[in-house]
Amino acid sequence: MSGRVLLPLLRRDLLLAYRRRTELLLPLVFLLVVVSLFPLGVGPGPQVLARIAVGVIWIAALLATVVSLDGLFRSDFEDGSLEQVAVSGHSLARVALVKALVHWLVAGLPIVLLSPLLAIWMNLPEGGLGALVASLALGTPTLSLLGAIGAALTVSLNRGGQLLSLLVFPLYVPILILATSAVSSATDSLPYNGQLGLLAAGLVAALTLAPMAIAAALKLSLE
Amino acid sequence: MSRAKRIFHQFGSPPWLFRFAGWLIPWLWLVCIALGAWGLWWGLLIAPPDYLQGESVRIMYLHVPSAWMSYSIYLLMAIFGFCALVWHVRAAEIMAMASAPIGAAFTLVTLVTGSLWGRPTWGTYWVWDARLTSELVLLFLYLGVMGLHSAFDEPRKGARAAALLSLVGLVNIPIIHYSVVWWNTLHQPGSVGVDGSSIHPSMLWPLLIVALAAKFYYGANLLSRTRVRLLEENRHRRWARAWVTGGID
Repeated sequence: MSGRVLLPLLRRDLLLAYRRRTELLLPLVFLLVVVSLFPLGVGPGPQVLARIAVGVIWIAALLATVVSLDGLFRSDFEDGSLEQVAVSGHSLARVALVKALVHWLVAGLPIVLLSPLLAIWMNLPEGGLGALVASLALGTPTLSLLGAIGAALTVSLNRGGQLLSLLVFPLYVPILILATSAVSSATDSLPYNGQLGLLAAGLVAALTLAPMAIAAALKLSLE
Repeated sequence: MSRAKRIFHQFGSPPWLFRFAGWLIPWLWLVCIALGAWGLWWGLLIAPPDYLQGESVRIMYLHVPSAWMSYSIYLLMAIFGFCALVWHVRAAEIMAMASAPIGAAFTLVTLVTGSLWGRPTWGTYWVWDARLTSELVLLFLYLGVMGLHSAFDEPRKGARAAALLSLVGLVNIPIIHYSVVWWNTLHQPGSVGVDGSSIHPSMLWPLLIVALAAKFYYGANLLSRTRVRLLEENRHRRWARAWVTGGID
């Protein structure tokens, strides 16, 4: 399938996302609410907040990603357009890649852009902001790609949302570990290139392998 | 038709597989119980206590075989799942899904015995150590596979979706394992490897015998579950009815 088909698909999905703005904003509001609950729960002491800042921000990012994943294929599945794309003869893996890209643009990128605000809220130590933004920029696309596998597997289920979190959170463990370790190293003024390198490697691996898994899962769901 | 091809087709035939499993299961149970009794008797009563950990080391004879099984069953489940997805082998689908609860049970046994062992030796039931954590993640992966399988109304579709998930998990298990090891480790490194062992033979032999018994237990349990599933799915067929009503094996 050439760009002639992929680009219109990308434009269509972005336009659809734009027309459903409130639906898009909900995961981000969810992210802000979750993060803002932590100072209320553990107390507003700056030291405590600084210590847990990166973990809280990253876990909130994981939760917000999973919340937004449930709708990734749902409407296309229900109105039949997913089936039309599948029978059109175009590579379903590339379609899956476009879908994951759109998900990242509307759900992952805003998290990256919001992260400086969250860092201020959680009193993240000065040196950690660059690493936080970099780890989110490299990690959230992988979250979208891995999560899309789960979304594709559960799209034909009525209540797939709760199951989805059980399916994808175990897969997110390495990303969470690497990303939080990168930011902790940065706040301790240690080099963190290694962790970012591994996150980038994970992204490349997910970019190459996940679309095939998503396509296989979509085919199963459409059976 | 070549011999290998005939065996392949026989496994695809539900009545043949049902009869074959029914013939094999008693033998598997026999070996499992004999080896298990021998290994546990040796391990729990005869083998010497550890010079450092004392009698509590005997939990090892349950803990370590379960831990080995928890990973190897996941691998087998993914292999069955691969066969189910690629060649549409119905028996492989059934066996992949029958493996999941057994593997989850071994994982749970590993976690429970490990935490009971941790209390006297490490002074705590639970630490966020690398191996404990990756075993816990493994349990979540098993639960995900089982949950996805049961969420579908059509069992075949659910089995294929869960098989795909198990393959995705298989790719991720090494990554999860090494990332967690790198994150935090307190657990002793593995004592038994392909190139030798740091355990004294008086403790190693009972351990290996129990591990072998666990493999036979898996085989027997897997085939029993497969037989039930085969009966359920073929309940409208003549051979299944004949077996249920007439007791013809």
